[in-house]
Amino acid sequence: MATDLYTHPDYFNMDDLLSEEHKLVRETTRSWVKQNVSPIIEDYYERAAFPEHLVKQLGEIGAFGPYIPETYGGPGLDQISYGLIMQELERCDSGLRSTSSVQSSLVMYPIWKYGNEDQRQKYLPKLATGEFLGCFGLTEPDHGSNPGGMISNFKDMGDHYLLNGAKMWISNAPKADIAVVWAKNEEGRIHGLIVEKGMEGFSAPEMKGKHSLRASITGELIFDNVKVPKENLLPNKSGLGAPLGCLDSARFGIAWGALGSAMDCYDQALRYSKERTQFNVPIGAFQLTQKKLAEMITEITKAQLLTFRLGQLRNEGKATSAQISMAKRNNVEIALKIAREARQILGGMGITNEYSVMRHMANLESVVTYEGTHDIHLLITGMDVTGIPAFTREMPNK
Amino acid sequence: MKFLVCISKSPDTTSKIDFTENNTKFNETGVQYIVNPYDEWYALVRALELKEQNGGSVTTITVGTAADDSIIRKALAIGADNAVRIDAEANDAYFTAFQIAEYAKANGFDMVLTGKETINYNGSQVGGMVAELLGQPFVSLATKMEMSGTTATIEKETVGGVEIVEVNTPFVLSAAKGMAEQRIPNMRGIMAARTKPLEVVPAVECEELVDFEAYELPPAKSECKYVDADNVAELVNLLHNEAKVI
Ligand SMILES: Cc1cc2nc3c(=O)[nH]c(=O)nc-3n(C[C@H](O)[C@H](O)[C@H](O)COP(=O)(O)OP(=O)(O)OC[C@H]3O[C@@H](n4cnc5c(N)ncnc54)[C@H](O)[C@@H]3O)c2cc1C
Repeated sequence: MATDLYTHPDYFNMDDLLSEEHKLVRETTRSWVKQNVSPIIEDYYERAAFPEHLVKQLGEIGAFGPYIPETYGGPGLDQISYGLIMQELERCDSGLRSTSSVQSSLVMYPIWKYGNEDQRQKYLPKLATGEFLGCFGLTEPDHGSNPGGMISNFKDMGDHYLLNGAKMWISNAPKADIAVVWAKNEEGRIHGLIVEKGMEGFSAPEMKGKHSLRASITGELIFDNVKVPKENLLPNKSGLGAPLGCLDSARFGIAWGALGSAMDCYDQALRYSKERTQFNVPIGAFQLTQKKLAEMITEITKAQLLTFRLGQLRNEGKATSAQISMAKRNNVEIALKIAREARQILGGMGITNEYSVMRHMANLESVVTYEGTHDIHLLITGMDVTGIPAFTREMPNK
Repeated sequence: MKFLVCISKSPDTTSKIDFTENNTKFNETGVQYIVNPYDEWYALVRALELKEQNGGSVTTITVGTAADDSIIRKALAIGADNAVRIDAEANDAYFTAFQIAEYAKANGFDMVLTGKETINYNGSQVGGMVAELLGQPFVSLATKMEMSGTTATIEKETVGGVEIVEVNTPFVLSAAKGMAEQRIPNMRGIMAARTKPLEVVPAVECEELVDFEAYELPPAKSECKYVDADNVAELVNLLHNEAKVI
């Protein structure tokens, strides 16, 4: 890949709304990415290899659990900082951001919010430094958009729980030291359990053949009579709301992240449009190219405003799940569209690994589906404004 | 060992450079400032490394206004222990050096480090002036430094070669590429920088030795002329009569 020249577009002077600390957080992440990830990402992506050596580095820079308090090894930053870190990571690669946001929002967050003090002390500092990598098991082979229907379950055996079931599509799984697993107890209530690598009956085989998120590792989680110590149950929250609370945090990060990929695509397309000459003029001189670029920056600017406001709300503890859904859905959608338009501006070069546009486009196909599909988020907004849930329906009689 | 590292700002290399007030002032509108790379990557990082090896403290000093606090916080995030800002515009090298030297005199440091130059004015003057005002040796353009007790062995660039010098503390050094590797701060460092002391000190009286008459942009790049590879006579003619370089 050519030298990474990325600078972020800021059409509405959004930077004026950021604190000096926010800007330093962003600059730090960007410098780290440019130095350590941009030069290698295409190669890992092409080989569908997980850049495992970056896990420790992500821990070192503080990209794991940026908002986790210092007492548990986190840097204790605010939500906008978390968003900016996700944005900078994903503007390089959605897989890189996935590694980090799963660890932060889906592993550290539930242990911090739903765990007890012993669990926090035991796991959070190691997750923060990257000594431990974690994963989050909610989705099952037959339960994707409808996780409440899950069949993974555990039984109280007196001195331990006995866990059975299978999870699918789990980011980080094959390399994870711990998994936060959601399963039903004998009464059918969903609880989170921390399952550790090496527990008997627990395996995490890799899922191969992805055309998207190729630099992120994905796997299954298989539980065959796994004895889970009782102290590994997350005691402070249960029910579907518990995993959904984690998803709020992760989706918030994705809203910022997807916007990052959009900004990277725009940045490259704009530069290319001024450099590439056809019919004796830079292609940026054509109205059709300008239409694409003008629409891209308009959508990016709208998304920046939405995302920043969401960050403020989240800092105040006031962001609703439905607001987060809207931002995730919108930002991923515009990012996908912008990636496709940017690819056209780049012409044939757009399909090569000289530019990140095609990789972003392929990655975003996962991002538009995971953490709630595009349509599920629309149904969440629909329910929020009408008060009527439309997720389920009766099978019509033949 | 007590280190004092001079930290100054310089415009981000993507900034558009132009002037106001009849070309007597640099136009700062829209300019994004960064820590001058020679100060950050080489002087500061080497001071931090030596502190980590042998103990001591790293203080940064900046002559500047409150607008410079963000670059100072970055230096603290990278690892400096505390920062001092002399509250005045750093208008010229002598004024800046004078302020730094006064602070250094009053507070006693084993080593004062600067970058070899700032990437905006490329003056390369402050270090030498500070050394003179302190009456200490000055090693310029240093690319490598090892300490043994109070003796430093320093490599420095010379025309076509390397000079190796030994010098005892206290001394002043200007650091060039090679002295250390850039250190990217991390989120924990950024948070820690919040609570590290940044002391603001009023400037002392100093003679004004410099007047600013005008700024000027370098001449615009002229167009490239291609001469046929076979036509050496034409090339010589152009170099001689048009470019007037031979
Ligand atoms: C690369 C990758 C990584 C992932 N990582 C994780 C992870 O770390 N942890 C984890 O738990 N999961 C993970 N997932 C799983 C992801 O969250 C699910 O893929 C997602 O929730 C969708 O589930 P599904 O694939 O089973 O699709 P389905 O739920 O089968 O959906 C198929 C289609 O039907 C539509 N649909 C479903 N229900 C409705 C409805 N009520 N109304 C209208 N349309 C509907 C959907 O919108 C979609 O278009 C990952 C997925 C991918 C691709």
